[in-house]
Amino acid sequence: MKKVLYRHLFSKVLGLTLLLFSSSFYAQEEAEAATDPAAEQTAEAVDGDPVKGKQLFNQNCAACHSLDRKMTGPALANVETRLAEDEGLDKEWIYAWIKNSPAVISSGDAYANKIYAEYNQAAMTPFPTLSNEDIDDILAYTAAPPKAPAQAAGATPAGGEGSGGSSSGISNEMILGALALVFGLLVIMLILVNKTLRRIAEANGVVLEKEKEKRLPIWKAFVQNQFLVLVTVVFLLLGSAYFAYGYLMQVGVDQGYAPVQPIHFSHKIHAGDNGVDCKYCHSSARVSKTSGIPSLNVCMNCHKSIYEYTGSPEGPSAEDLAAGHTNEFYTGEIKKLYKAVGWDEENQSYTGNTQPVEWVRIHNLPDFAYFNHSQHVSVAGVDCQTCHGPVEEMEIVEQHAPLTMGWCINCHRETNVKVQGNAYYEAIHEELSKKYGVEELTAAMMGGLECGKCHY
Amino acid sequence: MASNKKYWKSEAELNPNDSIVEALRNNEFTEEIPVDEFLGDKENLSASNTSRRDFLKYVGFSTAAATVAACEGPVHKSIPYVVQPDNIVPGVANYYATTIADGFDFASILVKTREGRPIKIENNTDAKVNGSANARVQASVLTLYDSKRVQGPMANGEPVEWKVLDATMKAKLNALKGSSKQVVLLTQTHASPSTAKLISEFKATYGDNVNHVVYDAISEDAALNAYSKAYGERALADYDFEKAGLIVSFGADFLGDWQGGGYDSGYAKGRVPRNGKMSRHVQLEANMSLTGANADKRYPMTPTQQKIALAKLYGKLNGSNVGGGTSDVDEAVDKVAAEIKKAGSKAVVVSGLNDENAQTVVLAINKLLGSEAFDADKPKYVRQGDVAKVNKLIADMNAGRVGALIMDGVNPAYTLPNADEFLAGLGQVDVSVDFAFNNDETAQASTYVAAASHYLESWGDAEFKKGEFSLMQPAIRELFDTKQFQTALLTWMGVEKTYYEYIKETWSADVLQGGSWNKALQDGVFAAPFVALEVDKGTVAETASEEEVRPEIVPIASAIRSLVNSTSSGTELVLYSKTGMGDGRQANNPWLQEFPDPISRVSWDNYLTVSKADAESWGLENSIEADGGVNGSYVKLTVDGKVLENVPVIIQPGQAVGTVGLSYGYGKKAGMQGEMATGVNAYTLYSNFSDVQSVIVEKTGGEHEFACIQSHKTLMGRGDIIKETTLEIFNTKDHAEWNPMPHVTLNHNEIPVTSPDADLWEEFDRSVGHHFNLSIDLNACTGCGACVIACHAENNVPVVGKAEMRRSRDMHWLRIDRYYSSEETFEEDNEKKENMDGLWGDQGSLGGFREMEDPSANPQVAFQPVMCQHCNHAPCETVCPVAATSHGRQGQNHMAYNRCVGTRYCANNCPYKVRRFNWFLYNNNDEFDFNMNNDLGKMVINPDVNVRSRGVMEKCSMCIQMTQKTILDAKRDGRVIKDGEFQTACSAACSSGAMVFGDINDHDSKVAELKNDDRMYHLLEHVGTKPNVFYHVKVRNTNEA
Repeated sequence: MKKVLYRHLFSKVLGLTLLLFSSSFYAQEEAEAATDPAAEQTAEAVDGDPVKGKQLFNQNCAACHSLDRKMTGPALANVETRLAEDEGLDKEWIYAWIKNSPAVISSGDAYANKIYAEYNQAAMTPFPTLSNEDIDDILAYTAAPPKAPAQAAGATPAGGEGSGGSSSGISNEMILGALALVFGLLVIMLILVNKTLRRIAEANGVVLEKEKEKRLPIWKAFVQNQFLVLVTVVFLLLGSAYFAYGYLMQVGVDQGYAPVQPIHFSHKIHAGDNGVDCKYCHSSARVSKTSGIPSLNVCMNCHKSIYEYTGSPEGPSAEDLAAGHTNEFYTGEIKKLYKAVGWDEENQSYTGNTQPVEWVRIHNLPDFAYFNHSQHVSVAGVDCQTCHGPVEEMEIVEQHAPLTMGWCINCHRETNVKVQGNAYYEAIHEELSKKYGVEELTAAMMGGLECGKCHY
Repeated sequence: MASNKKYWKSEAELNPNDSIVEALRNNEFTEEIPVDEFLGDKENLSASNTSRRDFLKYVGFSTAAATVAACEGPVHKSIPYVVQPDNIVPGVANYYATTIADGFDFASILVKTREGRPIKIENNTDAKVNGSANARVQASVLTLYDSKRVQGPMANGEPVEWKVLDATMKAKLNALKGSSKQVVLLTQTHASPSTAKLISEFKATYGDNVNHVVYDAISEDAALNAYSKAYGERALADYDFEKAGLIVSFGADFLGDWQGGGYDSGYAKGRVPRNGKMSRHVQLEANMSLTGANADKRYPMTPTQQKIALAKLYGKLNGSNVGGGTSDVDEAVDKVAAEIKKAGSKAVVVSGLNDENAQTVVLAINKLLGSEAFDADKPKYVRQGDVAKVNKLIADMNAGRVGALIMDGVNPAYTLPNADEFLAGLGQVDVSVDFAFNNDETAQASTYVAAASHYLESWGDAEFKKGEFSLMQPAIRELFDTKQFQTALLTWMGVEKTYYEYIKETWSADVLQGGSWNKALQDGVFAAPFVALEVDKGTVAETASEEEVRPEIVPIASAIRSLVNSTSSGTELVLYSKTGMGDGRQANNPWLQEFPDPISRVSWDNYLTVSKADAESWGLENSIEADGGVNGSYVKLTVDGKVLENVPVIIQPGQAVGTVGLSYGYGKKAGMQGEMATGVNAYTLYSNFSDVQSVIVEKTGGEHEFACIQSHKTLMGRGDIIKETTLEIFNTKDHAEWNPMPHVTLNHNEIPVTSPDADLWEEFDRSVGHHFNLSIDLNACTGCGACVIACHAENNVPVVGKAEMRRSRDMHWLRIDRYYSSEETFEEDNEKKENMDGLWGDQGSLGGFREMEDPSANPQVAFQPVMCQHCNHAPCETVCPVAATSHGRQGQNHMAYNRCVGTRYCANNCPYKVRRFNWFLYNNNDEFDFNMNNDLGKMVINPDVNVRSRGVMEKCSMCIQMTQKTILDAKRDGRVIKDGEFQTACSAACSSGAMVFGDINDHDSKVAELKNDDRMYHLLEHVGTKPNVFYHVKVRNTNEA
C-alpha cells in the first residue's frame, strides 16, 4: 500500500514540473511566431526608396507632420494618391509645394490657399535643398512605411495578446511556487523514510541507541556560569546600542525614497533611451539654486510631436512588462500631460484649461541647509549622477544619496575644485596652493567646510 | 552680643504695626496661592479618576506617539509652472526699476522679485533726484501684502462688481455734466505728468464743473505759496546740500520729511571731512528732530522765536535794521549772521516754518546770498496740496454744491483737523468714491469704495523735479480685484485704453523727445535732454523778471514786520512727522510700528515730547520700571477747545522750553489690525493746517507703558564707544591725539591693545581669499533707519510686538544707538570724567556719574548703527557649548541655527549686545499676529534666508547670503569681483554713504582705503575682539565764524 502511495506522489511532482517548463517554452515559441508576418511586410515597394525616405522624413518633416494624424501640418500617409485622386494634383505640384510653398500660395493656387487657411495661415517651411528624388523617396515612405523588424518584435508581444505580456510574470511566480512545493515534498519524504526505517528496525529487533547519560542542560550551565552571563549581557547591550544608534541615525534619511508620481515619467526612456541631456529640462540647474522641475511647456517642446510611445529599440524588458509598462501605458501618460497642459490633440491647439501637475518632491533638503545647483553644476562641473545616481537607468526616480551632512562634507573633503580657466580662482588658487603646498585644492581648503557656507 | 543682632528681611518689618510682618511669620506668602485656579475646582479634581498610573500611561503613550510620528517624513509637493515665463528662473531674483509716489513718499527705486513676488526695495542709484529709499519706502513692500487691504470694490459696505461701479459712475458723471453741482477729484499729490494730463482730459469730457483738488495730509502750503509768488509756479525750491558750506535751518527737518524729503544723501556727502573741509550745520528748532540731532550747533527755540530770529537775520544780512521782537534770540542771530556773511554764496538757509512770510524771507535770503545750494530754476513737485481749495471744497460740500466726489490716496476723515465737518459734507454729496487701500475712515463713509492697487501693482509716472522724470511699473499682477485711480478714470471717460498705453503715448509726445521708451522703463528714470536749454530760457526770463521783482522789497518788508511781531500765547505745540510713520498711510505695517524712533527710541507709539524744565513744572515724569520698560505720565491737550485725552509723555532732551511736540500718523483705528491701532491722532489738533498750535497741557492720572528699547540715554564719557573730535583738532593734530589706540598693561609695560603680545589667541591667516569689512562713517550717518528696515526685509527678522519690545526682546539685527551728551557737548562729558577725583565731593565720581546719567537740556546727539561686529577674536564663539557659532575665513561670524540649543551663553559674552534670542516661535503663532502669521504677509519672506524657530539665537550674518551670491555669480562668469559688488542689505540701503562694505584683501577697494584712514576705530577696541566692523571718528565742525 505504502509503496504505491509513494510512486503516485512521485509521478505527480514530475508531471507538475514538466507542465511548468512546457508552458514557459510555449510562451517563447509564441513570441517567435509573431515576428514572422512582420518580416514579410517589408517586401512591398513603390518607385523611390522608402527606407531612405523614412530617414529623410524623420529629418525634415517629422517635426510638423505625422503619417496618420494631423499635427502642425496635415497627416501624410498616402498623400500622393490622395492628392491625385481627390484634388487632381500631380507630383509636380507636390515638388513645387515642398520646395517653395509660399510661392505656390501667392501664385493663387486654390488648394494651396485652402490648406494655408486651414492650418492657421502658417506657411510650410520651404525645402529648396530637397531634390525630386528625395521627395520621391519621402513619398514612397508615406505610401508604404517600412517596419523595422526589431520594432515589430518588440511591439507584438506587448501589444498583441494580453496573456503573452502577463505570462512571464506568472511563470516566475509559478517556478518559485513549484520549487517550494518540491522542497516541501522532499522534507515530508525524508520524515516518512525516517519513520519507515525506524519501524523496520523495530520490527527487526534492532535496539536503537538510547540517549546518553543525563548531562546538565546547556542553558543551565550557561546560567550558572556568571562570567559568561556577564559577557553576554555586555555584548547584548553593546549590540542593541549599536542597532539603536543605527536606527536613530537613519531617521529622516530617505535614501531610496521613490514615491509614486502623478504622471509616470520615465527618466530611463528620456535620459537613457533617448539620451536627452539632464539640463535640457532641468535648465535652471545651470544658473539657479534649484534645478527646477521643468514647466509643462518644456515637455511640449517634444511632446507636441511625440504623441505616443512606440517602444524602445530593444523592446520592452521583462521587468517593464511585469510592471505593466506597456506602450499603451506610456502613451496614456503622455495623454495625462496633454490634459495638464490643456493641449487639444484634435485641433492641435491649447485650450487654456490647465491643471498644474503636483509632483512629489523626492530630494528634500531641510530649510536650514542651503544648496545651490549652479555652484555644483556650472562652476564645479559635477555630473548630475554624482549625487542623483544613474537617473538615466531609473524607471522611477529614487533618492540615490543619503543627503546627510556627512555625505556632503565627505565630498567637499575629497573633491578638487575646478579652477582651470576660471579667472575668479586665479589669485586664490595661487595663494592657497602655496599655503597648503599642494597643486590641487579641495573644496574644504577653499572654505567649503565652514558652517556659514551652507547654514544661514 | 550676637544674639542681640536683629536681622530684617524687608523694610516692612521695621514698622511693628505692619500686618504683613505678622502674616509672613506664619505663612510663606502674604496671600494664599491660588492653587485652585490652575488645578480647577476641588470637586472636579476628586471626581475625576485619573490616577498617577494613568497619567504616566498617557505621558508614555504621547511621547511614543510623538516619536513615531516624527520618524515619518512629510510629503512635499513641487508644482512647476504650466508655462514658465521666460524671464523667470526659479531661485533667481529679478529687479525692476519703478517709482513710489504715494502722496507722501517719492522715490525712484528698484524692486527685487523672486518667482514674481516683490520681496525687497533697493535704491535706484541711476536716479539723480530722490533715488534713495527711506525707512518707509523700504517697508512699503510689506504694505503690498497687508492683510487688511480692501480686496474688491464695495458699495455701502457690500461687495460690488467693477462693472456695476463703472456703469453707475458713468451715468452719474453724465447726469452731472453741465449741472450746477461740481464733480470734484480730491487726490494726493501725484507729481505725475500723465495723471495731470488725464485729469485735464477728464475735465474736458465732463465739463467745467469738474474740479481737481490736491490735498496733502501734512501741508507745505506756505512754502508753495511763497514760491508761487516769487517764481510764478506752485512748486518747491530745491536744495543741494552737498554744495553748501554752511546750512542754517529754521526748524526744517530736511533729513526727515521736510518738503518731501530726499535730501539726506546730498547732506551726508558734504558732512564728511575731505581735504580738511566739511559743511557746518546750524539748526534752530523746537522739537529735537533728526536734522537737529545731526547739527553742529543747535539752538532750541520756539517757533515764535524762530520767526523773529529769521526776520532779524534777514535784517542783518540785508543791512537794514529790523527792530522789535524779543531780544533773547539776538545773540544767536548775531552769531549765525556772522557765519553766513563769512560763508557767502556757500551758505544756504532753509525753514520748516509753516508761514508764508517766513518762506518768502527764506527764498529772499538765498537769493540775496546767491546760494550755490539753492535751486529755484528746477523746482520740485512732490507737494502740491492747496489748503485754500480744500477748505473751499469742504464748504461747498456742506452747502450741497458737490454732486460727485472722487478721492484717491487721501483719507480726509482721518487726516483733516475738521474731519467731522468733512464727514457732514460727505453726507451731502450725491455720490462719493474713495480709491482706498484699507477700509479706512473715509472709505467707510463713502458711497463706493474703489479698491485701489498698491504702487507695486500699478503703472505710473512722476516728475519729482522739473525735467527729472521717472516711471512706475507693476512688479506683480494685482493681488486682489483692485484698480488704480487712473485706469478707472479712463474707463469712466469711455476711453478704450489701458493706463500703460496712455502713459506711453504721453511720454512719446511730451517727455521722451526721441529717447527710448524701453530704456526709460528699464532705467526707471529719464532726465529730459533738452532741459538745459529750457533752463537757459527760464533763467533769461527770470533775470528779466528779477528786475521787476526787485522793487518788491515792500512785500518782503511787510513779511519781516509780521514775522518780527509774531507773538505766542502759552505753550506752543509743534506737530511733526516721525521717521517711521510719516503721515500714517502705512500705519498698518508692523515693520514700521516696530521701528524704534531714531531720537526717542520708542516704538509702537506716539507721544508728547516735553522739555525737562516743563516736565518738572507740570509734574510729568518718565520712570524706568523693574522690568526695564519705560513708563510715562498721561496728559490732556487742549487746542482751541479741541481736546486730546491720554497723550503719553516722553521727556525729550533738546526740546525748546515752552514747546511740546506730537507726531502725526498714529491713532488710526479704521481698517487696521488691532495690534497696529496705537497712539493718538495728532491731526485733530492740526487746526488751519498749521503745525504750530497754542496748547494747554494738563496732567491726568495713570501711567503709559512705552516700548522703548534704549532707556540709557548718555554715553557717560565713554569715548571708546563714540569717538568724537572737532574739525579744528582733526585738521591740526596727529590722529594719535584724537583717535588714540587703547593701551593695556603687559608686565607693567603699556602696549597697544592690537599688539600680538596682548593677544590670548592665535591669529588666523586671513590674507587669502576675501576678507569682508564693513565701514560705518559716523559723520555721514544721519540715523535715518533705512538700514534697519532693509535688514528686516532681507533677513526675515520677525516682528515681536509691543509687549515683547518693552521687555527688550526686540529682534532687530541692526540697531541704531542714540546717545546724548550730559554736558553741552560730549567733549565736556569726557573732561568731566577725566577730572573726577575720589568718590565724594564736588568732583567725586559717585555724584559725578550720577549727574552724567542725565542728558543735558540741549545735548549733542550721536547716532551709531550697531550690528554684529564679526569679531576676529569673537568672545561668543569660545563659550558656545555646541559650536553653533564659529568663524569663517572671510571674516564673518557664522551662526548655525540648526545647531544652536539656546544656552544664550554667547549673548551674555558678547560685549556689543547684538545677539537676539527667539524667545518664542514668531511665525505661525497667533500670539504674534503679524506678517509671518498669514499667507499674504509671508509672501515677503526672503527664500534665501532661514526663518528661525523658537529657542534659537540669531544675529547679523553680514548678509552672507548676499556675499555668497556675489562670489557664485563671479565664479560662474569666470571673472574677478570688482569693488562695490559686495554689498550687505544695510550698506545697499544706506543712501548717505555712511556704510561701505567690501573686501579688504582687495587692496584697491574703497573699504580697504577706509580701513587705513586715520579716522578708523573699532567699537570697544580695548576689549581686543578685533571686529570686522569699524567706525569712523565723528568730526564736528565747531568753527564758528
